[in-house]
Amino acid sequence: MKWLMVAIIVGSTVLADLLQSFEMKRHVVAAEDLRPGRLAGMLRGMAQRGPLVLAVFFMAISFFAFMKLLSVADLSFAVPVTAASVALETVLARLVLRENVTALRWAGALCGVATPLISG
Amino acid sequence: MAAGRAIAEPAPLTSSGPKRVDLKTKLLTAFVVCTNVLGNFAMSWGMKHQAVDLGLSPFAYIRLIFTPWVLLGTSLLILWLLSRMTLLGWADLSYVLPMTSIGYVLSAVLGKVFFGEQVTWQRWLGTVFIVAGIIFVGLTSANTTRQEPAR
Repeated sequence: MKWLMVAIIVGSTVLADLLQSFEMKRHVVAAEDLRPGRLAGMLRGMAQRGPLVLAVFFMAISFFAFMKLLSVADLSFAVPVTAASVALETVLARLVLRENVTALRWAGALCGVATPLISG
Repeated sequence: MAAGRAIAEPAPLTSSGPKRVDLKTKLLTAFVVCTNVLGNFAMSWGMKHQAVDLGLSPFAYIRLIFTPWVLLGTSLLILWLLSRMTLLGWADLSYVLPMTSIGYVLSAVLGKVFFGEQVTWQRWLGTVFIVAGIIFVGLTSANTTRQEPAR
């Protein structure tokens, strides 16, 4: 059960992050829009953007799977082990989002891979 | 208003070069980390203090969400979601992921201090790797694909 939850969390997190990154780069939010008075408008705007709604759906799956994981595992296990998504997302950021992933960033991602292998 | 805004013109590179990460991005990154760590902590606290067998029933999850600590955790994680979405518009995904992973370290510390969890040397070694990853990625530009946020 523990590792099934980890797999669900990682898979849904990867999909959610790719969708968010793709959509948020199409319509950049300005710092001024983060003021408390403008948050409701920002939320309304986000709710009308399909990829973000889909991303939130995947995040909800990840959220409930994380709740389940916390009920059967320690916090200090649950949080680091889900870092496995970092490596997968870095590869997809290069292939799908066309980001310039330099050697230093690959090194950072590999450190993310090492974490669940060591602590899991 | 974010929705419907046309994509801004690419910002010219400053004299300090493309590797400069502005204060706004750093502050938002710190906010994202704090809301994530505190949200996870509150959630974990709530889960550990509820004698509820979750099973697979969605109603058990919904009941649990409205308990005080889980509600606090959920609220913080909603703030985390919104601020992280904004950050993903300002910086690359491959930059945001390792930079915000300092949250894993802080969660391990909170787990040990407040829950008395057994944090083995392997887990501490894992946190060292995360910090190393943050240092590597911190040396790169935050944004390699698109424009700065509209001002």
